[in-house]
Amino acid sequence: MKRQHLFYFFFTSIALVFIARLFYIQVVKKEYKLSAENNVVRKVKIYPGRGFIYDRTGKLLVGNQPAYDLMVVPRQVEKLDTNEFCRLLSISKENFQERLNKAKAHSYIKPSIFLKQISKDQFASFQEKLHLFPGFYHQKRILRNYQYKSAANVVGFIGEASDRFLKKHSEYEKGDLIGITGVEKSYEDVLRGRPGVSYMMVDVHNRVKSSFQNGRYDTLPQPGSDIYCSIDIGLQQYGEALMQNKRGSIVALEPSSGEVLALITSPNYDPALMIGRERTRNYNKLYIDSIEKPLFDRGLLAEYPPGSPFKVVNALIGLQEGTLTEKTTYTCRHGFHYGRLHVACHCGTNYPISLRTSISKSCNNFYCNVFRSIIEKYPTAQEGMDTWSKHVKSFGLGKFLNNDLPTGRRGFVPDASYYDNSFGYTNWKAVSAISLGIGQGELLVTPIQLANLSAIIANRGYYFTPHIIKEIGGAPLSDENYAKPKYTTVDSIYFEKIVDGMFDVFEKGTARWSRHDSIPMAGKTGTAENPHGQDHSIFVAFAPVDKPQIAIAIIVENGYWGSRWAAPIASLMMEKYLTGKISRREMEKRMLEGSLADEYEKQLEEKYHQKLLAGGVDEKQ
Amino acid sequence: MRNSNSIFQNLDWFSIFLFALLVLMGWANIYAAVYNEEFNSIFDTTQKYGKQMLWIATATIIIAVILFIDGSLFQTLAYPLYILSIISLILVLFLGKEIAGARSWFAFGGFSLQPSEFAKFATALALARYLSTKNISLKSWRTKFTALLIIFLPSLLIVPQPDPGSALVYSSLLLVLFREGLSGSYIFFGFGLVVLFVLSLLVDKLYLIIILASLAALTIILTLRIKNFYWSVLAILLVAVAFIQSVDYAFYNVLEDRHRDRINILLGKEYDPKGIGYNTNQSMIAIGSGGLTGKGYLQGTQTKYDFVPEQSTDFIFCTVGEEWGFAGSSVIILLFIVLFFRLVQLAERQKSAFSRIYGYGVVSIFFFHFAINIAMTIGLAPVIGIPLPFFSYGGSSLWGFTILLFIFIKLDAYRMQIL
Repeated sequence: MKRQHLFYFFFTSIALVFIARLFYIQVVKKEYKLSAENNVVRKVKIYPGRGFIYDRTGKLLVGNQPAYDLMVVPRQVEKLDTNEFCRLLSISKENFQERLNKAKAHSYIKPSIFLKQISKDQFASFQEKLHLFPGFYHQKRILRNYQYKSAANVVGFIGEASDRFLKKHSEYEKGDLIGITGVEKSYEDVLRGRPGVSYMMVDVHNRVKSSFQNGRYDTLPQPGSDIYCSIDIGLQQYGEALMQNKRGSIVALEPSSGEVLALITSPNYDPALMIGRERTRNYNKLYIDSIEKPLFDRGLLAEYPPGSPFKVVNALIGLQEGTLTEKTTYTCRHGFHYGRLHVACHCGTNYPISLRTSISKSCNNFYCNVFRSIIEKYPTAQEGMDTWSKHVKSFGLGKFLNNDLPTGRRGFVPDASYYDNSFGYTNWKAVSAISLGIGQGELLVTPIQLANLSAIIANRGYYFTPHIIKEIGGAPLSDENYAKPKYTTVDSIYFEKIVDGMFDVFEKGTARWSRHDSIPMAGKTGTAENPHGQDHSIFVAFAPVDKPQIAIAIIVENGYWGSRWAAPIASLMMEKYLTGKISRREMEKRMLEGSLADEYEKQLEEKYHQKLLAGGVDEKQ
Repeated sequence: MRNSNSIFQNLDWFSIFLFALLVLMGWANIYAAVYNEEFNSIFDTTQKYGKQMLWIATATIIIAVILFIDGSLFQTLAYPLYILSIISLILVLFLGKEIAGARSWFAFGGFSLQPSEFAKFATALALARYLSTKNISLKSWRTKFTALLIIFLPSLLIVPQPDPGSALVYSSLLLVLFREGLSGSYIFFGFGLVVLFVLSLLVDKLYLIIILASLAALTIILTLRIKNFYWSVLAILLVAVAFIQSVDYAFYNVLEDRHRDRINILLGKEYDPKGIGYNTNQSMIAIGSGGLTGKGYLQGTQTKYDFVPEQSTDFIFCTVGEEWGFAGSSVIILLFIVLFFRLVQLAERQKSAFSRIYGYGVVSIFFFHFAINIAMTIGLAPVIGIPLPFFSYGGSSLWGFTILLFIFIKLDAYRMQIL
């Protein structure tokens, strides 16, 4: 046989195999003979229930509720009673046409979403009539159901995955809901579950006839795991109430674990605004509010100069470096003087004071000297500054906490090279950066870092990375990052001396009006200067002094001084958490009702006039 | 000087007729696959059928150019074209545009070219040029090696795009070597490797090796009389065992997940929770629902409702099956086979070895595409994305196939001028 004949033979046999196979599937076998006129297979995605979110006490914060997406296949749409259709869904006729056109533009033959997230109640009446509207069918969605109007910044919300997100995550499809912020975002993988798919045979009227091939290709959805987050919703709500009509934030931690007990940012918003058909409109409304910034989580993102609470860090560094002892005294003469440099002080003392008193009186002069002596211990200011900076950073400042909160800021702790660059020469002195001594200057911290600082002092020298998660799917946390204490570079023996001083702050110092009769508290007030307007009111505290269960940091923006707003609010929060009730009704009332709205209004007007002068605003007649 | 009219003389009008028929039927099917009532102008270039019309029109220009070129030029240009193709295949890996996860296209504004489609004819030309060189014999190892290098160099460059389907196409050129005198035992050996490949995926490695070893032992006992034959048997056994070992590696490291899944499903090895078998199943439903005579042109619903993926490219045969039924699909298959027969005939009547070898290259490439593509739509082969010649939507593939075929038609027409 010639080889060319083998080719003929080869071609013929393949052709025969193909024709035989075609005969088998097209003529002999009935299984493939789905009359496509009457039956089409529809792929329905079954969304899993998203995991529930509970608080630390087991109270449900976020659950689920069903909703429905109305789908349309434009080619299958026949003449229908538009009036009835629109009435049932409460949309206008123009809107109906617009939506249908949009679906047609997407694809004439593929299903598109016609109307999103119709509530269960509304859909019930529509579903009865669904058979009158060929080409339309529904797909069940699961929406969030918020049990509290609080903690929106903590739990976060979900929304449709963006195109950019989809490109990076192939396991998601267009239209899938994902966590956008908060716990929903950090624990997306856990909460999400796995969607299932069901193939259904439907007739021309879109009635489901049977499952396709007995569900051979179906997959069951796998619901997401429930999680317990560490916040105490009672405390969170109380804090939000105390902060109403004030801007700022409260962060409360459990020092012995690093768990976040409350994370309050004010102003806040109702998480329920972030679900359903109105979501986009509501979101945009919150998003464009550039004055109140309700979507901005101040507890994690706002950076402030820490002010006086930072003095305790300087004291600790001084003790560790040996440049400060219990017996060291400085005498304040209305401030710190060095050549022409003058840092004012309102501590009101004119006698030599020691460490303990310096904390309760918050003496600026004392801490300028403490800072100066730390820096000057070293042959050059650079070396001193770098040593100081290293100590400060060991307190978790000036760096990301690297935790499970989806957002955060680094803050700022300067070092020698920063000043080299900023002064442009290298022979600067300790006094050049003297405002670091009193927590001003270039220093920036976020409220959660400040709360962590408070926890470090409560623990006498170490912290657990603050985190929001307590339990996932019934199993307690095992992440080493949260379970291992992180030590500061200051020995724990020095902390006791600082705690004594902070105890005095409540007993006879700047926060004596916020003292509680039966709970021993320790704290430090702060009044942070702020280039944009009135000073911020700052307070860090923990209680009870000997076995701390709560450490807290509070910043009330433009709240004048620390003891005016921040200290009483902190004191009330700690009482609430430790005793479950409030004994000081008068103070509570003052805080609940107090408002800084006038102050904010005034600032806004000032800013407006400034801009007007600078020609930045077009004032039209 | 030749009379310019003569370019239409000696052309094999029968093949050209088959070509035109298949291209037009292909277009009609693309129209059917994409068709909907909203957009129905056939020249609407926003739709696939409109674009395909454009490709067909430009393909006729390419045909005209090829027919005007002097027939001897192809032999001269064989190597330069091959080198150009290799360069373009290397460049596309770096400069190519990524579409659906594969870096296979050069994008020029709104329009993209797939160099692997053009490398096919260049490779066929180069192989023909090499094997038609005087004093070349496939008996020498050196020739075999060089021929294999010419064939598989483009293939190796296409694998990382990744586009295993197109890379596999080059193996069809082994048929050319067979025609040119390569011992049939090599083809047999290759076939054996494929069987071994499938078996090693299906059967536990250890059992397979034990079975092979016992087979080898048996052969040795039976052929003890033949001197030194057992050495060959042992060598084959050794190669087989090494191959089985390397299949595992290749399967899990070279192939992509999607290809692995498809092969696994075809072998019935893997339960299909992700619905990967869905493609093949939908394709078979579409074809199966066509019945004996089909649902009629533009009446198909399985394909129209997008149940079949890639229905205008790799799964175009579904539309044929659904709308034209068993009768129509068989006719298409026969048309292809008739074209292949004719091309083999033409190849055999060539005076020059170059033309003959090229002709076999053409027919082998077409046949491979045809066989794998249709086999995959009717569930006989894994889903490997290669187009059905002339039918599938796509400019690069249509141009590539047209050039492939018409260079041969030109060479055939030119045969009389070779002394």
